[in-house]
Amino acid sequence: MIEQLRQTFREEADELLADLELALLELERSPGDEGLVDRIFRAMHTIKGSSAMFGFEGITSFSHEVETVLDLLREGRICVTKELVELVLSARDQIKAMLGAPGEAGETDLSRTGEIVAALHRVTGTAHPLTAAEESESADHRRPAETGAETTCTIRFRPDREIFLRGLSPAHILNELRELGECRVTVHTDQVPPLADLDPALCYLWWDVVLTTSQGIDAVHDAFLFVGEEGSVEIVASPAGEAVEPTVEEVGGSDGRALAAERDNGRESQRGISSIRVTADKLDQLINLVGELVTVQARLSQTSVLRNDAELVGLAEEVERLTAGLRDSALNIRMVPIGSTFSRFKRLVHDLAVELGKDVELVTAGAETELDKTVIEKLNDPLVHLIRNSIDHGIESPAVRLAAGKPARGTIHLSAVHSGDSVLVTIRDDGAGIDRAAVRARGAVKGLIPAGAELSEKETYNLLFMPGFSTAEAVTSISGRGVGMDVVKKGIDLLRGTVGITSSAGEGTAVTVRIPLTLAIIESLLVKIGTDCFVIPLSLVEECIELTRLDVARAHGRHLADVRGRIIPYINLRERFAIAGERPEIEQIVIADLEGKRVGLVVDHVIGEHQTVIKSIGRMFRGARGVSGATILGDGSVALILDVQQLVADEEQGDYAYAFPATAEFMAKEKPTYA
Amino acid sequence: MHEETVMEPSQYLTFTLGDEVFALDIGKVREVLDYTSVTRVPRTPEFMCGVINLRGNVVPVVDMRLKFGMPATEKGVNTCIIIVEVRVDDETTVLGAMADSVQEVLDLGPEQIEPAPRIGTKLNIDFIQGMGKHGEGFVMILNIDKVFSAGELAACEPDESEK
Repeated sequence: MIEQLRQTFREEADELLADLELALLELERSPGDEGLVDRIFRAMHTIKGSSAMFGFEGITSFSHEVETVLDLLREGRICVTKELVELVLSARDQIKAMLGAPGEAGETDLSRTGEIVAALHRVTGTAHPLTAAEESESADHRRPAETGAETTCTIRFRPDREIFLRGLSPAHILNELRELGECRVTVHTDQVPPLADLDPALCYLWWDVVLTTSQGIDAVHDAFLFVGEEGSVEIVASPAGEAVEPTVEEVGGSDGRALAAERDNGRESQRGISSIRVTADKLDQLINLVGELVTVQARLSQTSVLRNDAELVGLAEEVERLTAGLRDSALNIRMVPIGSTFSRFKRLVHDLAVELGKDVELVTAGAETELDKTVIEKLNDPLVHLIRNSIDHGIESPAVRLAAGKPARGTIHLSAVHSGDSVLVTIRDDGAGIDRAAVRARGAVKGLIPAGAELSEKETYNLLFMPGFSTAEAVTSISGRGVGMDVVKKGIDLLRGTVGITSSAGEGTAVTVRIPLTLAIIESLLVKIGTDCFVIPLSLVEECIELTRLDVARAHGRHLADVRGRIIPYINLRERFAIAGERPEIEQIVIADLEGKRVGLVVDHVIGEHQTVIKSIGRMFRGARGVSGATILGDGSVALILDVQQLVADEEQGDYAYAFPATAEFMAKEKPTYA
Repeated sequence: MHEETVMEPSQYLTFTLGDEVFALDIGKVREVLDYTSVTRVPRTPEFMCGVINLRGNVVPVVDMRLKFGMPATEKGVNTCIIIVEVRVDDETTVLGAMADSVQEVLDLGPEQIEPAPRIGTKLNIDFIQGMGKHGEGFVMILNIDKVFSAGELAACEPDESEK
């Protein structure tokens, strides 16, 4: 039980630390923002309080030290400096390390803790280690007479019934209040049921407290910090003798809420909608089951149509509707906003910029864009590489920038936006841009292209994704070893995504990553060639047209179709896949739209739309080109999912395939299966 | 996990490819299926038959005869797919091995197994764990992990073979 609670604490602390980091980085930019200081203080205070509750003593005493400094900041006795922000950031890192450390109380490198504390004292100039040591003994003891005037407040504290179950004790809270000043507590027992109905694990009592304190209303609020949303706390304060100024805080109630939210904007926005924590395993299991259900449902629909039984068809349709709803909500559960990843990058940019002596700002947009959890996790590494590249290779040093007539501070825009069933993540910097001539020269040196080869802009940039390619002259610790872009490409391929680069010299570079929303289930078009079935992601499909023998004859062997006056090239899949058998009289061209480029795929028949549960075809077929996965059809057979981008890319390369030795080798090897 | 070096009496599943009898450690075998239609994955080496649906999972199938350089399996009533679990790069992968027929389960003690001769087996020596004496003849005990090792599977991974 306690271990479970500790785990919850660790998760919560992780979130708090993430928020703390974000707030600190924002604070560095706008040092005057009191709201931010409050937010930081509160996060640290919460960590201190809950770490004490769960026995992480190391963290408690350490965070207390940091909190003391933050308190000074909050009162305006010291001001925000770069050094201070750096220190608190390193303190944050230390707490994180302590949290992750094995062993019950999270005790780690004490010397590091000491260093940070000492540095903090140095910065604040309030090095009185004696009082600090004293204070750390009682977790919530604040120095008296900080706010001066005495305040009397009336507090009505009605904890929710389940308060004990959440590991809180009202007695502790009341004791905390007693420490704040003179305190009169009245207990109300009217809610206590007869003995027979009494559940000893629930709390039936509520209290009225009259408290006279010199520590300000905030300290009183802080005492109730952990009560959470369920209970209700009303605090009415009156500065001794003066008129009563009501500050009602009814957490969980509906009317007081708006007021509280308004006053406490920052905190409220993070709390968000009430939520529960579920382990990722459970979700994965759910998704798997839904996947199975979708497959079975497809079978049911198919069978019901064959049976021609009206009642069965009706039932099958009902099941289909419910399955679709279930699938959508199950997939939706796994969707998380990409913002959590973005905020981590703020720190990355901050650290890298400091290390490289550059001035870089990260501007993010579309943090609320939702993506499948697994996709976000796998997207992290490629994005880190891209951002590193932007800072290291893209953004110039401040002096160079000023000389070029640009602001000294470089900007990296990181944005995410929905586009159909994909999400576009763009990383745009206003740096030097990519030197295309250098890329070409480098490609020739590396033997990737013949010297003097004519390459389009896109082809040139594609060279960047080749293994072992780097244009940077010096190898830095950050990037330039030539593994970056290669890793990015591989990582994004795994997500069935694509990467594109646009750049203009002197103005900057933009890298656009397109990734599918989910890796589990997609809408697709089922087609047939011979006896084999294939599925094409429906998001790519524009339309289907017929291809008759006459059309083929008219095109004189060229693979071009005339669609309402537009010439569209097509790929004959039967030919490409070397599928034996007679071509039907009338074939179908499925026209796919690949980011504005229209390409036709010739198949025998188009069967119709299909809910595709994506299954991996395993590592044995990882190298299979043009196929990205498999799915199971209603009749139990397996259909392959076509990787249209890959097919088209291969086709395009086919034109000058022999320019690339590696590709030429591959083509030669693959030749027999080409027919 | 089964240790290859320790030769304790253990059970082996025998199967035929053409006239030859091969054996597999039974611990590696998950089940044996009758031949079902296999979906071919285009542009992959010939010995990779394709994929089948094994109760909702997509499992790759390899034609063992082609893998060992024999003519392709002719599908008949006895043709079967042996579902095996192999360890590749410390990952357990499930795949199907297509064989002409499955014979029996043999108990072989260490004294009945001899190391494979270095020549004369027509096969890559790494693939053979030992030769088991059985009645009049011999069965070749396969080291299935090696047969489907990363390098062997990479035969269809152009990206990897470039290095």
